[in-house]
Amino acid sequence: MSPSVPLQEMIRAIRSARTQCEERGVIQRECAAIRAQFRQADNGGRSHNLAKLLYVHMLGYPAHFGQMECVRMIASPRYSEKRVGYLGAMMLLDEKQDASLLITNSIKNDLSHSNQYVQSLALCTLACMGSAEMCRDLAPEIDRLLRASNSYIKKKAALCAVHIVRKVHELGELFAPAARSLLAEKNHGVLHGAVVLITELCERNPETLERFRKTVPDLVQIMKGLVISGYSPEHDVAGVSDPFLQVRILRLLRILGRNNEAASDAMNDLLAQVATNTDSTKTVGNAVLYETVLTVLDIKSESGLRVLAVNILGRFLLNNDRNIRYIAMTSLQRIVGTDHNAVQRHRGTIVDCLKDQDASVKRRALELSLALVSATNIRSMMKELLLFLSSCPLELRSQAASGIFNAAERYAPSQRWHIDTILHVLTTAGGDVRDETVPNLIQLITNTSELHCYTVHKLYRALLSDISQQSLVQVACWCIGEYGDLLLRGECQETEPVQVTEDDVLDALETVLQSHMSAPATRGFALTATMKLSTRITDNVDRIRSIVSIYGSCIDVELQQRAVEYNALFKKYDHMRAAVLERMPVIEKNSPGHTNGESTREAVKEVQPAKVKQAETLLPQQPANQVCDLLDLLGGSEEPLQSNPAVGSTVPVLPISTSSTAGGDLLDLLGGLEPTPLTPAPTVTVYEKSGVTLTLSREKQSDSGLTVTLTASNSTDSDISSFTLQAAVPKVNLKMRIRISYTSQGSAFQDTVQVDSFPEH
Amino acid sequence: MMRFLLLFSRQGKLRLQKWFTPIPEREKKKIIRDMTTMVLARQPRSCNFLHWKDLKIIYKRYASLYFCLAIENQENELLALEVIHRYVELLDKYFGNVCELDIIFNFEKAYFILDEFLLGGEIQETSKQVVNRCIESSDMLQETMEEYMSKPAF
Repeated sequence: MSPSVPLQEMIRAIRSARTQCEERGVIQRECAAIRAQFRQADNGGRSHNLAKLLYVHMLGYPAHFGQMECVRMIASPRYSEKRVGYLGAMMLLDEKQDASLLITNSIKNDLSHSNQYVQSLALCTLACMGSAEMCRDLAPEIDRLLRASNSYIKKKAALCAVHIVRKVHELGELFAPAARSLLAEKNHGVLHGAVVLITELCERNPETLERFRKTVPDLVQIMKGLVISGYSPEHDVAGVSDPFLQVRILRLLRILGRNNEAASDAMNDLLAQVATNTDSTKTVGNAVLYETVLTVLDIKSESGLRVLAVNILGRFLLNNDRNIRYIAMTSLQRIVGTDHNAVQRHRGTIVDCLKDQDASVKRRALELSLALVSATNIRSMMKELLLFLSSCPLELRSQAASGIFNAAERYAPSQRWHIDTILHVLTTAGGDVRDETVPNLIQLITNTSELHCYTVHKLYRALLSDISQQSLVQVACWCIGEYGDLLLRGECQETEPVQVTEDDVLDALETVLQSHMSAPATRGFALTATMKLSTRITDNVDRIRSIVSIYGSCIDVELQQRAVEYNALFKKYDHMRAAVLERMPVIEKNSPGHTNGESTREAVKEVQPAKVKQAETLLPQQPANQVCDLLDLLGGSEEPLQSNPAVGSTVPVLPISTSSTAGGDLLDLLGGLEPTPLTPAPTVTVYEKSGVTLTLSREKQSDSGLTVTLTASNSTDSDISSFTLQAAVPKVNLKMRIRISYTSQGSAFQDTVQVDSFPEH
Repeated sequence: MMRFLLLFSRQGKLRLQKWFTPIPEREKKKIIRDMTTMVLARQPRSCNFLHWKDLKIIYKRYASLYFCLAIENQENELLALEVIHRYVELLDKYFGNVCELDIIFNFEKAYFILDEFLLGGEIQETSKQVVNRCIESSDMLQETMEEYMSKPAF
């Protein structure tokens, strides 16, 4: 076909422009000329002008003034003008433009044109940009063309019908019969279009899906023809006969066989045949195999076939072609939940893919590896994952770190391993872990009392070598503050002994305090740790005193406040210091599914100066008869007595904030600050007498229990000691009887309160 | 279905754009920018598949042109590579050893060929020969009509 000279001249002119500015100049001139030409009468050069405009449009310049010209050209009787006009319509118009409505009539006329190439232009444009109204208007015409025309038009009409169904779902019913009959065609183009149309209809309407299930044998027959038949030059691609059609039929079979035993059985043999016969040396064969695997895994296939499919994916994993490795992993990811064991067999290859150069492959390998971690392979998998973490690309680090934490939490074979793993992650990727890692790790460490010595030694060493990873530094400071005495003692079973002096430890903490790399929160940790050490070391308390007083004038408000408070602790309330800076109790964590290898939930280790314990540990320690006493007092209850654990469980955690008891004194020192935090839940005061207040708020209600929070506070000037609280509830009817006893100003008090109604949530 | 097909040079200049769903002009420009940035940043021997929003992007470089095809999530990526390859073969047959300049100077023909191969975001014809024959016939029709129209009327 002879090229359009005017068009090519313009293109040459534009390309020879040396600067953007020059190019704009050329284009402006050309556009002006085109506009002028559009206004003139028909001069035989219209198609060239529109083509020029379309080129300018592709460069990114505005071309909306050509829209009406497109409409005019489409209506022209000349084929060359129609061709460019329709192209222009597809490029410049879309269904949102008003001008698009104007071409509806032209399309309608051209659909019945005597020349099939004109019909084809109309069909193409309709399928590309037909609006819902146009589709509704022209649907009957398309249906007619689906039935009575040549193959060239039928295949286009089929895809037009697909577009119509996508735009106007209800019209699906109109095309169903025609679609059915098209399956009998021999022409591949028509067959392909028919399969696409049927797929679209079945995806949209379950009833239609039921009806089309009957076509499964026909589809199987067509596929068999493609797979077994000899070489067909027209459709062959590298040894595979019409892979495009094969893939579409496999997709349709997948939809028809899903959740249906009969249909799945009917296609079983065929799928096995395709899986075994398709040549997998080229991409095109692998494309067909890939679709086959997806179909097998999605329908109700028999187990032998499933194993065959997973093995194909396993072979894909070993393929040199990166693309194929990538899609193998995406597919395995999809089935790792359902066919876990089958995927486990390929774990080695998947783990190797962690070392692949390509970032997409690495990402897939990471996700899949994390899904394959189990109790049996945790140690070897973790080795690989930690190795990966040290060299993985930045965008994958936080995903890898959190995946490792989850895996470690679920399958840790021992406490020490767990702690080691977390420390390893913090050293390699401390900057990319989530915020809750620090409290989680602290909680884990406090729970593992036998490893305190080991942990603090390890953290101390880590701190000495690197103070840039904030999470690690925070945990290290906290541990040194808590267990500094163990560190100074020197000997430790699990690691080599090292002599650490008090000065060494204080030096380390001061380095953290003064370093510009430390975040404000980290410095807070370090300061508190330094303070805590004042009760755990013997010789250098003065040094601590001076550090603390220096920070009393620190610019950072948080640090300054801490320093001032600690100063006060040194000066005015030195007698309280030991009690305040005591070892922390076990931090309770409400997370289900904790399966640490050998851990047991430990009860409170140290005794608080005021003997307050949480209610659930309190009750079992009281002699049973006292509790029964309390229950007897609940006269209205006919239920038999609960055993202690049951009582404990129906009265879930009643946290008495430590600040209000042992520290209640401390708070008094700080000017009677209210310890109770502002609770959004409604609270009710159940007891108020001589300065002691007990408030109750109802928080969570689940099927099995209700969480009630009791808060006790002391508003007097004097200390309250030996605060004890007991509570009992009957099995039904939400009531509670509370008995409290305490000592204030030398005299003992005891009181019982009954709560009959709880505040509404 | 396929959502769009873009052809651009190594400098990011657009050579062909085919959109299979209606998208506002501004958004088209943004998508083009995103695609060119993403694809041109890829390492030479990486995977040909990318994820972008809820679509899969399949790209392949042929000489100085990048072919970038966006498909929906349930589509077969390997087959999409074959679709790109088939289009290149069709262009090659038509222009004879096609190069970027052919597509620049004859862009409307590249569109006509594409419109015989893909339709409404789906493959229209799976046989190379049939597509080639149709293009030739359409060209013939255009020529004869032009000749006819440009004959002086007596």
